[in-house]
Amino acid sequence: MKISIVAVSVLLASVLNINVVHASSDFYDELGGAAGVEKIVDGFISEISYDQEIFPFFKDTNVPRLREKLIEQFCMVSGGPCEYTGDSMEASHTGMNITSGEFNRVVELLQNAMIKAGTPMTARNRLIRSLAPLRPEIIER
Amino acid sequence: MLIKGVLLTLLSAITLSAHADSRLLGTSGVTGLEGGAGGGLTPWAVISGYSDDSEVSAGAFYTETDVQDFRLDVKGVSLSYDNRVELSAALQSFEIKGVAGDIRQEIYGLKYRISGDLVYTTMPQISAGLQYKRLLDSGVADAVGATESGTGTDIYISATSLELGALAGYHVLWNATLRATKANQMGLLGYGGDDADGYQLMPEFSALVLVRDDLALGIEYRKKPDNLSAFKEDSFRDVFIAWFPSKKVNLTLAYAQLGSIAGSDDQDGLYFSVSSWFK
Repeated sequence: MKISIVAVSVLLASVLNINVVHASSDFYDELGGAAGVEKIVDGFISEISYDQEIFPFFKDTNVPRLREKLIEQFCMVSGGPCEYTGDSMEASHTGMNITSGEFNRVVELLQNAMIKAGTPMTARNRLIRSLAPLRPEIIER
Repeated sequence: MLIKGVLLTLLSAITLSAHADSRLLGTSGVTGLEGGAGGGLTPWAVISGYSDDSEVSAGAFYTETDVQDFRLDVKGVSLSYDNRVELSAALQSFEIKGVAGDIRQEIYGLKYRISGDLVYTTMPQISAGLQYKRLLDSGVADAVGATESGTGTDIYISATSLELGALAGYHVLWNATLRATKANQMGLLGYGGDDADGYQLMPEFSALVLVRDDLALGIEYRKKPDNLSAFKEDSFRDVFIAWFPSKKVNLTLAYAQLGSIAGSDDQDGLYFSVSSWFK
């Protein structure tokens, strides 16, 4: 029996159906709600502080404010009851000349934080997906 | 032969120098039968290794496929620069079991990323490439009536995209490649034949799900021309599992259906591949 290209097509069709039925834009609970998001953000800031490549970008940052704004942002993009009141991505990253590789490193640090916080893989994937559109406002400016 | 190939490849992975690591795990793809980065059967828009930010990435690969009447091994090296350009050199050795004298073919690949980012852009990553093929043992190609048995070139364009969390929260990757080729069985039986002589466009598709951050399950399909009246030629298909334990190595295992090859029908069997990036 030949490996079916119907199988390939079904997989492709499901991929193209990007607005998945299972509330992919509402995963705040899957992240662990308020407590979960705080744990992730605390972990993220910790990962950044220990990373030789990325820490220099944050050495003059107001950490309590960063923490507050990251919590707002992650809460908001995952469908939680928050409003982001921080600066735009563009405003806060212009002049840093952040490269593609540096952006990837920060994504990895966020992944590490989520894994250590016990965030389920599907919720981790959804958070990365919801933050990905911000990349053009962050890199190479 | 297999052990030696695997050991040499893994040994090269241990060599330490500033390792290009500016891309996310798995974005190197695996290495295909012609030495290009992507799937096991077909090149994708991904650039080999983990280079970005003006880095150079270098790696080696070894693949072995074992079906009822034939064995194919492929070994080679790949270089990439800045997640933009990929260069590869591969040697295919095709053995007809029970018959002395392998058919060997060299394949030199060049790939250029035109636009898009695999992970982050809604538009797919798009790359164009070519594979310059040089048949070292042309006896069989001549015997079966190939139009050309010296060299042949395939040209292709690929679109690849990782759809983040698209399948109930799991990442899904898809690839579509369109290849212009005259090659008979990838060139092992020469280029062009008595049934068809010119370039034809062949579609190739892959799709996979990342079931874990380092583990992909996928499926591939590659349509092939059927230029020779002497020997029927079918599509290649496989289902595979690809594991990325680190940015230095990938191991891929597949069950491949290669169809009819040189008169023997329904050739299927196991495919094993290791790629290592020592820089």
